[in-house]
Amino acid sequence: MADLTREDVLKLARLARLQLTDEEVENFTKELREVLEYVAQLDEVDVGGLQPTSQVTGLKNVMRSDTVIDYGISPKDLLALAPKTQDGHIKVRRMIG
Amino acid sequence: MSWLPIADIVAKVQAGDLRAVDLVEQALQAIEDKHEYQAVIATTAQRARERAAAIDAALKNGETVGRLAGVPFIAKDNFLAFGAETTAASNILKGFTAPYQATAIERLEAEGAICVAKANLDAFAHGSSTENSDFMTTKNPHDPSRVPGGSSGGSAASVALELVPFALGTDTGGSIRLPASFTGTVGYKPTYGLVSRSGVVAMASSTDVIGPLTRTVADAAIVLDVMAGRDPLDSTSIERDENSYATLSGDLKGKKIGVIKEYMDEGLDDNVRAIITAAIEKLKAAGAEIHEVSLPSLPLALAVYYIICPAEVSSNLSRYDGQRYGYSDPAAATLEESFSKTRAIGFGAEAKRRIMIGTYVLSSGYYDAYYRKAQTVRTKLINECNQAFQDVDFLLGPTAPGVAFKIGENTKDPLQMYLTDIMTVAVNLTGIPAISIPAGEVDGLPVGLQLMAAQRADRQLLSLASATEALL
Repeated sequence: MADLTREDVLKLARLARLQLTDEEVENFTKELREVLEYVAQLDEVDVGGLQPTSQVTGLKNVMRSDTVIDYGISPKDLLALAPKTQDGHIKVRRMIG
Repeated sequence: MSWLPIADIVAKVQAGDLRAVDLVEQALQAIEDKHEYQAVIATTAQRARERAAAIDAALKNGETVGRLAGVPFIAKDNFLAFGAETTAASNILKGFTAPYQATAIERLEAEGAICVAKANLDAFAHGSSTENSDFMTTKNPHDPSRVPGGSSGGSAASVALELVPFALGTDTGGSIRLPASFTGTVGYKPTYGLVSRSGVVAMASSTDVIGPLTRTVADAAIVLDVMAGRDPLDSTSIERDENSYATLSGDLKGKKIGVIKEYMDEGLDDNVRAIITAAIEKLKAAGAEIHEVSLPSLPLALAVYYIICPAEVSSNLSRYDGQRYGYSDPAAATLEESFSKTRAIGFGAEAKRRIMIGTYVLSSGYYDAYYRKAQTVRTKLINECNQAFQDVDFLLGPTAPGVAFKIGENTKDPLQMYLTDIMTVAVNLTGIPAISIPAGEVDGLPVGLQLMAAQRADRQLLSLASATEALL
């Protein structure tokens, strides 16, 4: 997609929740075009009736018993990793600007 | 001071001729002495010393300590491990202390191995040189003006510098084998699923594998044997071979080895080709049957990889949102702003680039043209690979198109950097095992020989690699 525009890049950045600087927008527009031009060689490939591959193990429906296993990790240990907590919950900023 | 083979270290520790505490001190001293190579992000010194003392005490009491008793190792910093932060060499995980350990680390520790440090990498394992680390670039032990390869460059340099007898790496598109090739070490990439990915920072989940970097094939086989096998915490993990991966049989007679035509063609450095050709001649003289094999879709593998990998990366990196752990931007007013500012500051250029490419190829309207098409060409590649293994037992080629490049040589051109992986990515897309072993040097810079086998033929591949290593 060599016609990738600056607006496309801004839209992708919004979708990916990435705030970009003007310089980054400019660089990514150029670099993404180059990468997309490179991968465009796949357009020419005839894949006939082949199905896509999403995993290579051949495993299907791996089940486990629905039991609680104690790994020695407490909710307190995990909450301690969060930047802000309150009353045993993770505290986030307001959602509506 | 250099390290004995792993089996000898363990025998001496168990016999009381070597103490685990001294081995840990030797490793920590070596890390300090060679710190200018920037192979290590942080040591886990305190925990390592405590574990070593406990192992020595257990042995003194006549207790059994496992198959890696007292052996120090370094883990790439994308393994969750106790005793230091786990950063994946990224700013967004700076300050993160793991609440649990990777299954691979747990299994190694259960056999008496001791993690002494965390190795540098390209941030989130995105890269071929360690230059994408958010912290520093590791220097190649053979020439400090050159890269060690990546992304497991810190792990490979740690082994080449003899800081430890072995290091752990991850290989998503060549990240164990490429640095092994560039540093003159052995790098083993197991069959996909053979080693649990639980507790390892995810990059591209359908191709990520864990493996050892060592000085010899025998050492790699011991470490793999300890780590291999199903893990309830990783539903993509597979059953291991009933027999030990560490029992190597060395007969090359009658082994059918296919030399991959596409890897020996144009694009390969002439000096590297000469070294690989000489290795092939030695295999022939030792009784191996050498065939030329063509996999016509191989030249497409890199394009397939650079769609599938960023797609999975963009999905896996979406969890870094600054709310539950890791860096969180203090200035944001709303939740939405908190996400996008945290990610803007916490991610480096390459992580952002891959998130952007991945988001593009997965986005509505482009999914079929890019992601689905790449997955379908992946099937074509797998079919060709399976076909090749109908005719030969193993495949052979170089690990990389050239030797280690200069620091800064490829950083201006992301696509040029991606091309470094051209001979390694197909193995990840097809899930087969592969190994890079040192085959020679060009002007003092190491060249790796890559050997590959069919899925789950890890034991056979290690035997072949061990016999080949003895010839070179």
